[in-house]
Amino acid sequence: MDHNTDPSGYWKANVRLIFGCLFVWALVSYGFGILFRPLLAGIAIGGTDLGFWFAQQGSIIFFIIIIFFYAWRMNQLDKKYGLDEE
Amino acid sequence: MSQFMINIIFVGLSFALYFGIAIWARAGSTSEFYVAGGGVHPVLNGMATGADWMSAASFISMAGILAAGGYATSSYLMGWTGGYVLLAMLLAPYLRKFGKFTVPAFIGDRFYSKTAALVAVVCLIIASTTYVIGQMTGAGVAFSRFLEVQNTTGLLIAAVVVFFYAVLGGMKGITYTQVAQYVVLIVAYTIPAVFISLQLTDNPIPAFGLFSNHTEAGVPLLTKLDQVVTDLGFTAYTADVPNKLNMVLFTLSLMIGTAGLPHVIIRFFTVPKVADARWSAGWALVFIALLYFTAPAVGAMARLNLIDTIYPQGVNEPAINYEQRPDWMKTWEDTGLIKYNDLNNDGRIQMYNDSGLGAAELALTNAQTEGGDVGAATTAVDTARTAHAAENDGKFADAGWAGNELDVNNDILVLANPEIANLPPWVIGLIAAGGLAAALSTAAGLLLAISSAISHDLIKGHINPNITDKGELMAARIAMGVAIVVATWLGINPPGFAAQVVALAFGIAGASLFPALMMGIFSKRINNHGAVAGMLTGLITTLVYIFVYKGWFFISGTANLPDTAEFWLFGISPLSFGAIGALLNFIVAFVVSMMTKAPPLEIQQLVESVRYPRGAGGAIDH
Repeated sequence: MDHNTDPSGYWKANVRLIFGCLFVWALVSYGFGILFRPLLAGIAIGGTDLGFWFAQQGSIIFFIIIIFFYAWRMNQLDKKYGLDEE
Repeated sequence: MSQFMINIIFVGLSFALYFGIAIWARAGSTSEFYVAGGGVHPVLNGMATGADWMSAASFISMAGILAAGGYATSSYLMGWTGGYVLLAMLLAPYLRKFGKFTVPAFIGDRFYSKTAALVAVVCLIIASTTYVIGQMTGAGVAFSRFLEVQNTTGLLIAAVVVFFYAVLGGMKGITYTQVAQYVVLIVAYTIPAVFISLQLTDNPIPAFGLFSNHTEAGVPLLTKLDQVVTDLGFTAYTADVPNKLNMVLFTLSLMIGTAGLPHVIIRFFTVPKVADARWSAGWALVFIALLYFTAPAVGAMARLNLIDTIYPQGVNEPAINYEQRPDWMKTWEDTGLIKYNDLNNDGRIQMYNDSGLGAAELALTNAQTEGGDVGAATTAVDTARTAHAAENDGKFADAGWAGNELDVNNDILVLANPEIANLPPWVIGLIAAGGLAAALSTAAGLLLAISSAISHDLIKGHINPNITDKGELMAARIAMGVAIVVATWLGINPPGFAAQVVALAFGIAGASLFPALMMGIFSKRINNHGAVAGMLTGLITTLVYIFVYKGWFFISGTANLPDTAEFWLFGISPLSFGAIGALLNFIVAFVVSMMTKAPPLEIQQLVESVRYPRGAGGAIDH
């Protein structure tokens, strides 16, 4: 397998990935769940609005997706840079 | 069979299981005692982390907090789960790669400073001790209610059980009992919730039931709930909060606090590989989410059920007669967690938002009977009475209501839920076993974090570096035993700070430990002076801000300002200050590091090495 041997590329890619994930993490909790709730007030869901759903359920679903996505992408990066453990 | 016998059987069976695991999973080395030998499967570790994390607070108190506070308390849901995203990306994999046994060990090595390690040990001990007292008292409450023993007796039984498997098995015993405890607690939490969701909404999944139609009323459950609580003078359940800055900071404080709590972090030292630490954080959140998806439904439905019990003909009709109250209310009145005070002497139970009238009346009675400022209390009652008469167009005053008459402690909602919903006796037995599992599993995890900080960081790290592995294992067991005795004593005689878990444990972990750990991994430039200055800044500013509003060292009467929103700096509550403390920590650490010498080369190489997964090896000794 073709390994990329410059490990600093690995760390930069990791930090980029973390920033992307943290953006989604903040958007679904602080964004949709708290700050932008008034903007989502028009979208009704089960007797309340979308912001309430994000604050009490939606954000947690996204948190799980973010962690598994990160773990999966990092495994790919580990392999690409030949840093995966036996 | 009596309810008591059923409870004994459920609790007894679950304890027999924990004892069996303890005998099977004995620790033979320090590596097994501290990190279960580093061979725990990531999914099992996720499950153990779930039980480690979900405490008496999550199991017993959280649904009650949500029921009372509605949307405004969503911070707990987001905060206590969102921290795992930070753990998975910012801390767990790198600390696993570092491969030592404790959190202070990383801080000490990375910042090449015994002072830094010592500050970390102090933070760890304050945060974990505060936390563990709540678990011990929680276990005591569950025992006394379900097994009809004295609170203290219950606490002692709990201590003996934890002593047995934590001292014998260390992390190894704790890990596998936590897996069993997770199963017990999640089953116990879910079954009553499913029944209640079916009763109210016909939807068997509580998380979906929360957003479904209320079967009887034919409108969405939350619409119905908003309607009845506003009719009773409360804020609507789904109402938005006016102070969003405080809600954001509170959520953030809980998240970074979660990520920085040592008893959670050390769970990720037990998996074999760096990649496993990442997966394991995901699995942990899956298992935690199973309870956290259900909790808001339990809260909303329990609030509705409680109101329906008090006002069987609807909230605009007369309330229930005290003599006709259901049996579960009588049982809980015995524990003092439900209090009834017939203020208008009509024999009925009025439960509503009385603008503080009931509380003011109670303060006046206390002042008269136990001595106190009767004049001030009388003025307070008069003010509250005027507000009461004016509020809701005088509806409550016109009905002859003289203040809220029923005081229901938030903590009973989950424990009483099966009785409120008339579920069969075995469900109540299950709840008893579940509540105990939640309290004991978290207590064990915290006690391990405390004892390993003492035996590994203090004894091996400072006092006697030449101690043998066998000697250290014995020291770890003794430290564990002493920690249990101290925690039990504090559980029986809770100090003032015991109720301040959220402020103290999360504030300190978030403001002091989390930033230090993160900077140690993501920056090569932060040095020993910067780290120590930053940690102390975070720790001290957070503590001072808390003390100003809650009293110095939580001694009542020593607060400088009242703990209400109008006196908070920029509307930031003392519970939300951890995020600000963390920010100050980052700034001070950066500035001080820039003004002093860069870390030596070998430290920069250490930072390099934790960033790359290859060659993690097992968790190793100094």
